[in-house]
Amino acid sequence: MKTQPASEAGSGKRTKRRLTRAERKEELAFYALTGPWLIGLAVFFAVPMAVSLGISLTRWDMLTPAEFVGLRNYTQAFTGDPLFWQSLKVTTLYALFSVPLGLVFSLLLSLLLNQAVRGMRLFRTIFYLPSVVSGVSVMVLWMWIFNPQIGLINMVLGAFGIEGPGWIFDPDWALPSMVIMSLWSSVGGSVIIWLAGLKGIPSTLYEAAELDGAGPLQKFWCVTVPMLTPTIFFNLVMGIIGAMQAFGEAYVMTKGGPMNSTLFFNFYLFDHAFQNFRMGYASALAWVLFVLILGLTALVVRSSAAWVYYEGERS
Amino acid sequence: MAKTNPIRALLRQAPVYFLLALGSLVMLVPFAWMLSTSLKESYQVFAWPPKWVPDPIRWSNYKTTFTSLPFGTWFNNTLLITSLSIVGAVVSCIVVSYGFARFRARGRNALFLLTLATMMLPDTVTMIPKFYLFSEFGWINTFYPLIVPLFFGKAYFIFLLRQFFLSIPADLEEAAKIDGASTFGILLRIILPLTVPAIVTIAIFQFNDSWKDFMQPILYLSKPDLYTLSLGINFFKSQNDVQWNFLMAASVVTMLPSLVFYFIGQKYFVESITLTGMKG
Repeated sequence: MKTQPASEAGSGKRTKRRLTRAERKEELAFYALTGPWLIGLAVFFAVPMAVSLGISLTRWDMLTPAEFVGLRNYTQAFTGDPLFWQSLKVTTLYALFSVPLGLVFSLLLSLLLNQAVRGMRLFRTIFYLPSVVSGVSVMVLWMWIFNPQIGLINMVLGAFGIEGPGWIFDPDWALPSMVIMSLWSSVGGSVIIWLAGLKGIPSTLYEAAELDGAGPLQKFWCVTVPMLTPTIFFNLVMGIIGAMQAFGEAYVMTKGGPMNSTLFFNFYLFDHAFQNFRMGYASALAWVLFVLILGLTALVVRSSAAWVYYEGERS
Repeated sequence: MAKTNPIRALLRQAPVYFLLALGSLVMLVPFAWMLSTSLKESYQVFAWPPKWVPDPIRWSNYKTTFTSLPFGTWFNNTLLITSLSIVGAVVSCIVVSYGFARFRARGRNALFLLTLATMMLPDTVTMIPKFYLFSEFGWINTFYPLIVPLFFGKAYFIFLLRQFFLSIPADLEEAAKIDGASTFGILLRIILPLTVPAIVTIAIFQFNDSWKDFMQPILYLSKPDLYTLSLGINFFKSQNDVQWNFLMAASVVTMLPSLVFYFIGQKYFVESITLTGMKG
């Protein structure tokens, strides 16, 4: 049932002509509802962001007054800093593996956790466990799990007669270790979002598909996946944003090593800011990362018109 | 459906249970290690070969942990911050994302992208400007920096709720509008009941975020009687000495409320939403 008001016929040129009364009312409602956020956006984000952009044009150690250096921090990063490229490489590789693996893994798990069997609430809670462990405990836990000698993973592998690698102490295995860690620790949060999405699919659609003789696999591809595209879109965008800013893993476990194999971009800039007190350079790095993530997200958002389906969208 | 043979039903569910059990094992082993460590004498913590069941079991570690430090005060602080944060985030984000999802306006898409953009600049850089801002407000050593911003919305939740609002068919609202319902009336009586799973979701997320937040408390709270649990736990880890067993005992107890909140909250995902009479 599509009943579009007549005034919408030329919606492509809405900005050019005068708005109708209904449109003006709608616009007013939009700004009234989003008002609190727009204020918050200005005070808690726009101002700090503008300040950090300003800092990125200076040399500043937080003790002596900042000195304006123009774009020198940026040219330094792109032309005179091999670790900048190394950290960019590490971060990109990490995102390339952890985001798709995380999406598929957590979706499959949610389908499992969405089954109607006894005791499911308990199982769901067990899978949420990794999400509630905080701070120091996470570090302690993973140092033990990845320990090559007495660690959990190599203990299990040893039981099968496999000699495990050095994990976070081996330059070739350190980054894969980070991906494994991210899968384990982020799965609880994504599962919640998938489950809420799955519950939002009207059961009438499945019933209709069953009447048409669809099997479980067909129902998954022709009902579940299309109806989940808004959720997929959300998890994909948040996954990219999160992975590109990966930080905690390197901070607590490896300090960027061994041999810079886990030198995440965000860790590298944090190191410049709070170890070397090069606030200007760190802010410049942050803005490079920001532009990069913005570009990637814009790509996904632009592509979304072609593959995301909204049941209640009013364009 | 009621007539299925119980044995056949069990057989059909067997693979599901097998996979669930396997996955649970992977999730539970690290937790079991935490629990086991929390019950050990300090010299046993890194003993080789590892002992899963400590001998003797030191239940008194828990007593020592919670009587040696003011955990009661920290618990109350954390609870206060967490509950106010949830209220702020839920109320503000519902209103704001409803605006984004249902009302067309010039600049809407740009504002939405800007909203997403706030999540893209690493926190590490806005940390310093924000700290200056809050100290200008006189908010250092108060809970305000941890709570007040949430009353203005949170980008992550606005995005999440918008996605859910967009997947609700607009027909019912159109009908209510024709019947003369106000925007808030529609939001309260038609949209909210349909979005309960998403709202519970953000409440659970905010609970966990506030409960285990470490970075903000350490920035803004420097008096021990204002500490939150996640900050207080760190007393067991000094520069060159970590009291593993006490640290783990404190961690185990601290993470329990998040689990309980989740266990209760998930009831609302289980209730499927029935969109009867909504076929378009």
